[in-house]
Amino acid sequence: MKIKLFYFARLKETLKYSTEDLELTDSGDAWTILKLKAYLAKRGDVWGQMLMGKLKVRAAINHELVHDNAPIADGDEVAFFPPVTGG
Amino acid sequence: MTVRVQTEDFDAGFEISQLRKARKDIGAVVSFIGLVRDLNDGDAVSQLTLEHYPGMTEKSLASIINQAKARWNIMDALIVHRVGTLQPGDQIVLVVTGGAHRGEVFAACEFIMDYLKTEAPFWKKEATQQGEHWVEAKSTDDEARERWDRN
Repeated sequence: MKIKLFYFARLKETLKYSTEDLELTDSGDAWTILKLKAYLAKRGDVWGQMLMGKLKVRAAINHELVHDNAPIADGDEVAFFPPVTGG
Repeated sequence: MTVRVQTEDFDAGFEISQLRKARKDIGAVVSFIGLVRDLNDGDAVSQLTLEHYPGMTEKSLASIINQAKARWNIMDALIVHRVGTLQPGDQIVLVVTGGAHRGEVFAACEFIMDYLKTEAPFWKKEATQQGEHWVEAKSTDDEARERWDRN
């Protein structure tokens, strides 16, 4: 399945990615936010630190805040970002 | 309901009069303006840059207004939030609520700001003499939001 990924703030800056299209292969278990984070973390140190490290990361699917166990479907827009600091 | 994310400054007086003139059953209007301070956690701040998630941010702000409308008897609400590079003293955010009586309008305005600070996807980066850094989320903001769950 294909998804569109977005990164914001510290993640965008550190990972040097703002958006990417990703093709995910079916491998038995359904894709969730946690599984996607673990998959991306394998790209290297900085990816592991940003997505699976000590820093809090929040995720959204199709513009809704979701938890780690939220399922990802074909065509979804997924975003990773730090806790928000507006206002 | 009005929700805007923009780089331009806003005129609170104009926004309030627009909301006020739209209907004659509004008896109370409350507004909140958030500003860039020149000092944060002891560091002199020379500049603040705000980033957002186009699409999600606007939906999140509209959802926060809808939650406030479900909770209190308010007739209208407006949120204008700036993004981009701002200087100390600049306006960041404007929240205006209007309704029949002040009690519910005050509460709704505070609720909208508490939810905005913890749920709406905006991120601040500060420039100080030590360089640039991303502003960390504050637990006091989470506590301010959580108190609405308790009452």
